[in-house]
Amino acid sequence: MEFGFAIAIGGLYAAGFYMMLRRNIVKFILGLSLLGHGANLLIFTAAGLTRANAPLTAGGSGTVMADPVPQALILTAIVIGFGVTAYMLVLGGRVSQLSQADDVDALRESERGAE
Amino acid sequence: MMHLLPVYPVAGLILWAAVSITLHRYPLAQMAVTALALLSAWAVSLILLYTATFSGPIVLLVGNWPAPFGITFVADRLSGLMTVTALTVSLCVWLYAAFSTAREATGQGFYPAMLAMIGGVCGAFLTGDLFNLYVWFEVLLMGSFVLIALGGGRKQLEGALKYVSVNLVSSALFLAGAGILYGALGTLNMADLAVKMHLQGMPMLSSAVAALFLCAFGIKAALFPFFFWLPAAYHTPPAAVNALFGALMTKVGVVAMIRVFTLIFNHETEVTHTLLLILAGVTIAVGALGAYGQWEIRRIFSFSIIGQIGYIIMGLALNTPLALAGALFFMIHNMIVKTALLLTGGIAGKLMGTEDIRRCGGLYVGRPLLAYAYLLCALSLAGVPPLSGFFGKLALIRAGFDAGAWAVTAVAVAASFLSLGYGMKVWMYAFWGPLPAGIPDTAPGMRSPSVESSARGMIWAVAALIGLMLLLSVGAGPLMRFCLATAEGLLDPREYLQAVLGQGGGALK
Repeated sequence: MEFGFAIAIGGLYAAGFYMMLRRNIVKFILGLSLLGHGANLLIFTAAGLTRANAPLTAGGSGTVMADPVPQALILTAIVIGFGVTAYMLVLGGRVSQLSQADDVDALRESERGAE
Repeated sequence: MMHLLPVYPVAGLILWAAVSITLHRYPLAQMAVTALALLSAWAVSLILLYTATFSGPIVLLVGNWPAPFGITFVADRLSGLMTVTALTVSLCVWLYAAFSTAREATGQGFYPAMLAMIGGVCGAFLTGDLFNLYVWFEVLLMGSFVLIALGGGRKQLEGALKYVSVNLVSSALFLAGAGILYGALGTLNMADLAVKMHLQGMPMLSSAVAALFLCAFGIKAALFPFFFWLPAAYHTPPAAVNALFGALMTKVGVVAMIRVFTLIFNHETEVTHTLLLILAGVTIAVGALGAYGQWEIRRIFSFSIIGQIGYIIMGLALNTPLALAGALFFMIHNMIVKTALLLTGGIAGKLMGTEDIRRCGGLYVGRPLLAYAYLLCALSLAGVPPLSGFFGKLALIRAGFDAGAWAVTAVAVAASFLSLGYGMKVWMYAFWGPLPAGIPDTAPGMRSPSVESSARGMIWAVAALIGLMLLLSVGAGPLMRFCLATAEGLLDPREYLQAVLGQGGGALK
């Protein structure tokens, strides 16, 4: 089970980095969100995959429960990732509108020093 | 009551940010609310620093959950010192902004974003939980994303895109590192992590995770080889934003690095700290050389931020009390002086209409005060005695000799001369030298009255920062002793562990 997840995480990371190296703003943003998913799945797997019950209890019961912490972490990370991706999409859209390009190699304006 | 205080500079500022958003129609009220928020947070941070110094760290257990389970906020000497410095510098930037760009940008939310960002910065300084640190990083990044893109044209938005994307990659790496650490040790509380790491060892895993954190924080701190985004982005927004970023953003990465590498990853020092030392040396050289090659004032000093980060990381890598104390002193000095220099660059640029020093000149004639302010800061940055930069560098270089790290110490000394060089380059071209031929003279009186009056106001912010710098120079002895005590507390964190974990924590180390 862990092995399968490890492969999936590796795949997500590889795809994310590949997309980010494509020099296209939209592909970069997609790559970034793939990277975020990879990290979330990594937390999920690293904390241990179990078939235990949901961490809800009426108090004091002896049943084995899944660890609630990674779930809380992933939920937080997903929410943050959502907000950040939305911002990135707007910013990326605005930049490609202004510079008439979606190739990041064309975005040299800010690095051009005084000649 | 006392133990609730650490939450104010964090949650309080973010609440005030929300209040100031509702006032977006009334720029003056917004400005006043921001000042009120910053001043109150500053007062609280002073109390925090005072209490942490004289009666030990203040620990806030959120929801009263005991340490490893709930989120903790810890105000110890390091976080108190950094919070006080960050808020002091922010107040000066507020003063500058009140007279400058922000007047045009208030409608677009400069002040709320500034407050949210500073709240995030304080959170990152004060938190005692690794995942919570990630959250505060995201909060302060969100604030900074808004600031760097505010009202920008093409150049600024392109810079913003680079800044945002590189920082998001760093966050993803940090998140992965935190996840792996939780999987291995079952906790994210920094004190608990320190104890568990000490008990369980796991050298392979700890070095691998340490490398992940090194990359994540290294990107935020603009450490070599991750510095490339900084010179592409920092100089594009208005000077107030530039100064705020220069003072706070990279330092958050550095403080996180100091915290993590003194508290948690301190077992494999021959691997991690040697790597840090090499990176620090290269960073110092790259920053100084890069700054020397630039021609625009704020570009020069943005590049020089990188070099200064190298000095601080050098102190961390040497891992002795003197080196860490030097690094802390240097960081405080740098936050103040670099802000003053970036603001001076902003004023000069506003007066001359350009920041390219080859197209400026003669500022000394019309603006002697501004010129002297610049000269004092530039000399202090280079480390000319008796100004504040000297003491930090002295401690760092002595610690370098003590540790036998000849190469990096030599680089640090050589780079000091380079930083004197680029500081004087700006002085010679923009302030002392004559205006180049063929460039229309915009002598005093020729400029629009609004530029004149706004420049007169903005210089107060620079004056306040220079006052702080002189205070730092005069009070270098006591402050250095305080930094030494802080450094000893970092290297022997028994007090920190005991404060967070109760009795169990003190038994170790």
